[in-house]
Amino acid sequence: MKRPRIGVFKFASCDGCQLTILNMEEELLDIIELYDIAYFREATDKPLRGEFDLSLVEGSISTDRQRKEVVEIRERSRHLITIGACATSGGVQALRNWASLPAYKKTVYPSPETIEALSTSTPISDHVYVDYELWGCPIDTDALAETLVSFLMGKRPAVPVYSLCMDCKVKAIACLLVSRAEPCLGPITKTGCGVLCPSLDRPCYGCFGPMEGANIESLMELFKKNGLSHKECMLLIDKMNTYAYRKARIEQGL
Amino acid sequence: MESLKEKKIKKIKKIKKDDLKILFDKLRESYTVIGPKLSQGVVVLSEAGFEDLPAGFRDYQARGTYRLTDEKAVDVFSFSNGPDSFKRFLHPPLNEIFSFRKSKKGIAIEPAAKEGRPIAFVGIRACDTWALKLYDRIFLEGPARDPSYSALRKDSLVIAVNCPHPGDNCFCSSMGTGPEVTPEVTDVADIVLSELEKSFIVEASTPAGSDILEGIAGEEATDRDLEEKRSRIESCKKAMKKSVPYGELPELIYRNLEHPRWKDTAKRDLECGNCTQVCPTCFCNSSYDLIRLSGFSQKGAELKGVRIRKWDSCFSRNFARVHGGNFRPSRRARYRQWMAHKLAYTKEQFALPGCVGCGRCITWCPAGIDITEELEALKGVR
Ligand code: SF4
Ligand code: SF4
Ligand code: SF4
Ligand code: SF4
Ligand code: SF4
Repeated sequence: MKRPRIGVFKFASCDGCQLTILNMEEELLDIIELYDIAYFREATDKPLRGEFDLSLVEGSISTDRQRKEVVEIRERSRHLITIGACATSGGVQALRNWASLPAYKKTVYPSPETIEALSTSTPISDHVYVDYELWGCPIDTDALAETLVSFLMGKRPAVPVYSLCMDCKVKAIACLLVSRAEPCLGPITKTGCGVLCPSLDRPCYGCFGPMEGANIESLMELFKKNGLSHKECMLLIDKMNTYAYRKARIEQGL
Repeated sequence: MESLKEKKIKKIKKIKKDDLKILFDKLRESYTVIGPKLSQGVVVLSEAGFEDLPAGFRDYQARGTYRLTDEKAVDVFSFSNGPDSFKRFLHPPLNEIFSFRKSKKGIAIEPAAKEGRPIAFVGIRACDTWALKLYDRIFLEGPARDPSYSALRKDSLVIAVNCPHPGDNCFCSSMGTGPEVTPEVTDVADIVLSELEKSFIVEASTPAGSDILEGIAGEEATDRDLEEKRSRIESCKKAMKKSVPYGELPELIYRNLEHPRWKDTAKRDLECGNCTQVCPTCFCNSSYDLIRLSGFSQKGAELKGVRIRKWDSCFSRNFARVHGGNFRPSRRARYRQWMAHKLAYTKEQFALPGCVGCGRCITWCPAGIDITEELEALKGVR
């Protein structure tokens, strides 16, 4: 059987998710044996040509040029999977969606006039059809491995979509919210990170994004009872998945 | 016949409080001893010795709240249930069931070995003995006998304890599942401890329990001691703050399947699943095959991996998703399923209560949803 041709692409992002792929030391050789890595600028200098059986896309759409490029990549790809918070929900750069672009440019860059950017940063799925999404900032290597195996087998990846709390209980971690009133986003956040923060005695800040049907309003009510202001509650969700959490909150009807 | 056998093995002794250590040490000779222990400010269950018991600590529990303080109380079992129960050990949250290898020759399946010493649980409360009885009925006697559970449960030992005082969210008394370990559950409680002011009454109710007791010196329990035991249980019952109208179940649920309350609760419900994960009677799980990239060889057409069973919950969106749709498509439907399964369906299915009144789901629900309050609301006008 011919190895499927795989391409790894990047838009507005920090490269962290691509690095995560390169960090899969033990599995890297297996990936090369099973897949033909045809385009991956972080790892090889192979030029962009031909079509791809599977494209892994990192980064959000932040400039006009990217808006056109992503359509081109979609046209070259039989399947397209987004990797990470930027590609899946716009990333931390989507904070500008609720602010003024010129003001942000001025704060961040010494010569803001040289920066060409759209006024919004949006996920890939706002622009082209996405077959599957891997969440996380960065993505989890086990979930990527499961996805790559599932692709070869033609099955749905066994990546759970329930809350982080479910895995927090699997790991027998004393709930930070119930036992210490810490503002943990676990109840509205998709699992997938291996419960990293609560394992280290820290509340979750939502880098895997909202789970399907997240009841954001109810959790915020709870945080408010524990003394947080509305602004502080919004700051908790306004991070690398700000766009997804805010969208989920609006879809919830609030 | 049965009662004769019981009489024969029935042993009762009084031991000094510190002599509980002897019991622990004796158990450790042949068992992995699982008992209450402090971790991150919470009473958890883990491998523990006598010195690990959070004696003197008291937990304050409310809806969605748990706080532990050292009150230097005189009772050894001064604390009440934490989030864990026996289920973590007998129905492990991540459980490898078998490994498999598929090749041109066919499929080879190798069941995962359940090795290690049998488990002795120390300090299981009355409510959890009822939950354990339910687990036994489902996994040992039920139509789908479970090899993993039976391997872990076989030869395990239960040292139960009558509660000296209730937890703030407990309502076992109204469910008929506590605070005393009654004869209905002494088949799953090998030994029952009753804490008195200065000593423990230790009663063995199974041959395995009396074997352990054999080697522990103690005094005869006097009528006065038994009277103290009785009055302590009574005062625990009196101190219990919560209750449910058990006599009205399951009809109260069935009559109200379309009650507007379900919708109100769904507004607060986070669907986080914490309630089901801490519930000692929730047993739901999902299985998946873990196949690593190295387990997949395209050339050799070979596939190897492991089948994993993991705790799941009726609050998970995918839990009721089948080909063609989801038969519990709303949060309202999912919350209703959970409560109805606890308070109505299980009893009909297995002739045992599906809720044992332990109060864990009330404490560990971040949104503070209280099953007793919800039930009370169903009684109200629609
Ligand atoms: S610590 Fe956070 S993730 Fe864990 S159970 Fe509590 S709320 Fe959920
Ligand atoms: S616990 Fe939350 S913030 Fe921490 S790594 Fe996991 S998803 Fe990200
Ligand atoms: S439903 Fe709640 S009170 Fe009843 S057994 Fe489960 S956790 Fe305990
Ligand atoms: S269906 Fe829900 S309530 Fe019933 S045992 Fe399963 S998880 Fe618990
Ligand atoms: S009832 Fe509470 S613990 Fe259970 S899923 Fe809803 S919010 Fe979570």
